[in-house]
Amino acid sequence: MSMDMSQFHGVFIEESHEHLDEMEHLLLALDPSAPDTEELNSIFRAAHSIKGGSGMFAFDALITVTHVMENLFDKARQGKFQLHAQAIDGLLVAVDALRNLLQSYTEGSEPDWALVNSTTADLEAILDPSLSNQIESTEQGYGFFQPLNQPSDSHTEAAQAETEEASDFGFFGPLASESSTSEPSASEPSAREALVGKGSESEAGSEPEVSTDDEGFGFFAPLGKAAENNETSEDDEAGFGFFEPLQAPLQAPLQAPSTPEDIPPDQQGAPSASQAKEPAVNIASRPSEPAKSSAPVASSSSKKEPSAKSESVEASSIRVDITKIDSLVNLVGELVITQSMLNLIGDDVQGPSSERLHSALTELERNTRELQEGIMSIRMLPMSFVFNRFPRVVRDLSKKLNKKIDLVIEGGQTEIDKGLIERLVDPLTHLVRNSLDHGIEKPEVRLAAGKEETGKLTLKAEQKGGNILISVSDDGGGLNRDRILAKAYENGIDVPENPSDQQVWQLIMSAGFSTAAEITDVSGRGVGMDVVKRNIESMGGRLEIESQAGVGSTFEIRLPLTLAILDGMSIAVGDQMFIIPLVNIIESVQPSENQLKQISNQQVLELRDAYWPIVQLYKVMEVEPNSPRPSDGILVLIETSKTRFALLVDDLIGQQQVVIKSLEQHYRRVPGVAGATIMGDGSVALIIDAESLALKVDASFVNKEMG
Amino acid sequence: MNHSHQTEVESKDSSRLEYLTFTLGDEHYGLDIMKVREIRGYEPVTKIANAPPFIKGVLNLRGDIVPIVDLRIKFNVGDANYNEFTIVIMLHINDRIVGIVVDAVSDVINMESTDIKPPPEFGVAFDSEYLFGLAPVNDDMIILLNIEKLISSHELGLFDETTMASEG
Repeated sequence: MSMDMSQFHGVFIEESHEHLDEMEHLLLALDPSAPDTEELNSIFRAAHSIKGGSGMFAFDALITVTHVMENLFDKARQGKFQLHAQAIDGLLVAVDALRNLLQSYTEGSEPDWALVNSTTADLEAILDPSLSNQIESTEQGYGFFQPLNQPSDSHTEAAQAETEEASDFGFFGPLASESSTSEPSASEPSAREALVGKGSESEAGSEPEVSTDDEGFGFFAPLGKAAENNETSEDDEAGFGFFEPLQAPLQAPLQAPSTPEDIPPDQQGAPSASQAKEPAVNIASRPSEPAKSSAPVASSSSKKEPSAKSESVEASSIRVDITKIDSLVNLVGELVITQSMLNLIGDDVQGPSSERLHSALTELERNTRELQEGIMSIRMLPMSFVFNRFPRVVRDLSKKLNKKIDLVIEGGQTEIDKGLIERLVDPLTHLVRNSLDHGIEKPEVRLAAGKEETGKLTLKAEQKGGNILISVSDDGGGLNRDRILAKAYENGIDVPENPSDQQVWQLIMSAGFSTAAEITDVSGRGVGMDVVKRNIESMGGRLEIESQAGVGSTFEIRLPLTLAILDGMSIAVGDQMFIIPLVNIIESVQPSENQLKQISNQQVLELRDAYWPIVQLYKVMEVEPNSPRPSDGILVLIETSKTRFALLVDDLIGQQQVVIKSLEQHYRRVPGVAGATIMGDGSVALIIDAESLALKVDASFVNKEMG
Repeated sequence: MNHSHQTEVESKDSSRLEYLTFTLGDEHYGLDIMKVREIRGYEPVTKIANAPPFIKGVLNLRGDIVPIVDLRIKFNVGDANYNEFTIVIMLHINDRIVGIVVDAVSDVINMESTDIKPPPEFGVAFDSEYLFGLAPVNDDMIILLNIEKLISSHELGLFDETTMASEG
């Protein structure tokens, strides 16, 4: 039985990850003061789905946490619980915890129950106000609210109890104690008032009435008032000077703020004041975080909202194993080859039926092409799959770094191959962190430089021809040319003479380079940009940098549309065809005798005052060439990340897109070969791995002669 | 897939095995027919640099890039010539496809496991570790190959060490 269930684990885990991503995404986009019911429903559904699935597999840790989450969202969507910025923080932490637990189930290890307990406790602490609300409404507040009337003694007890309960999860500790010093259970009406704030008049109107009828100990009169006049109750908060500074800025996103000064506190006002205060305290519950730091968060979340809205439309989709799609892609590739063979045969056919055959072949060609495009598009996913994780990254980092940052995302609907999506995450995260840490200045610095206090980080994706351009740009200080150069010399990195800006920017992608004055956990370990560059190049892409001092920098990633297809130049050596990736080719020349030189055992091409070492492809590939001498053949000038060289080939055949096939699948890795492809006539051509050919070039020679 | 699996189980149960017999030079060989994917004529292949001479190269088998091994070269039997009668047997081993070049394919024979005699220690081109045994059929002696072991051996070097490790 357990065997039977385990085969569904993979699906459940994959789905749960998606649900968690969606939850996180929606939470970040959620406006706590006026949550969209549809969005709350979506989050609730996500939590519910995870809980349901976990129940099936007896993943108790997940059930426990999601159950509390589900409760919370259920209350929130029914308007019984007012979300606030701090609750969102707590929920995001809970989402992370769920990821953690999911991971342990994936690995088959025992879930971290301490994490489960602290997370549920956290969530319950968030929910607590509404819990008490519920109790009150069923019990008409008996017993529960009496302590409210009493002076502080019993309160402090309650406060202590609450603090102790909360102490497990440090995070909420200060909140509990702070709120309880004034009025521990004051939270109840806050939820109620939130209702009012939300403007759901019918509910707000009716509920207080019920309590009043039930002789709510005079407590509910002010509430009733609050229902009628939101401002009065909020003004009452003035009585608690304690919370004022925190509350004033923070309440803004929550409710329409009012000036909490005029009305002095009185007996009646006090409870309702405390009621109103509770949510404010909640938001401000991280005492270490001044109102300042939450402001950028608010602004970034408001930025995200439009895109979130557009994506919250539920797409109807089915889940398909990627290998099925890959085999379809293969089959279609075969079909294309068969079709081109048929075309060749069709040209030979003479006689009365040839015309009919030709029209049928044309039809076949068109259908095949459409089928191929259709199937390729199945593998494509919108860039938003990657981009959607960045609001969270930016939110967390900007808090940590005490910077104000607006994240702008453009072109999230641009589609890109699924294989590339997964490999883009790390390089992009690195670039974003870099921009946040080094690029965008601290608010003071920005103000001093005459810029807006809030920095702007733009993530953008667009399709240009057969390429996808993805850029990360900031409006920060830009790259510092002098500092980069100084650092490069210091670290012994080779620097060209009189380097252009472009050459200087390229230096930061050298191994072991980091200009961060101090190593932070955000960035600065110097294993950064070179890894990013290598990752991108391994995807067949390029990384380009533009920067202007004081204006900002842009990192642009240029990728092919799909991993499976490569733009290549087909070339011939002897009787064999090879494909050279177009990204590596600079140009091709037919050298004249006097351009060819011999320098210390190495044949070189002299072209426009630069020397290019010559690599004979026929030697590397062990093929009998038609033109063994460079002067008879063609030299293809190749640039790789390491060096430049000229590759001697017999002939250029033409430029074409080829489908990359793996050699390793049935054979093994071959040095100098990146893979293979199938040509129109069904034969196999090897794809040249320019990077590994570059190793054949004597690097010391290149640096000496070309530097 | 399901079907073939079932057949394999059945044939093992009855301790009967089906062998595809072929010739290399003058010698007759047999290999487990369940490993055979298809049989086709020899076609020109794409050469691969730095490969031993018995690896002829790769070819396109309906979208898969498949290596072709000439066992005649590797084990020095017969003449490694290629004509219209030269045959490639496509094998399916460890989720990989490998083609072997042989001179001719003769027959499919049924064999009781009791009919199989232990392999000789010498006199056969193949190391005895790649042999199941000998089987007399009519007047010929057929050498039964452990083709799976042969193809995935270090000696042929068809697979990377890492992939071999993972495939046990």
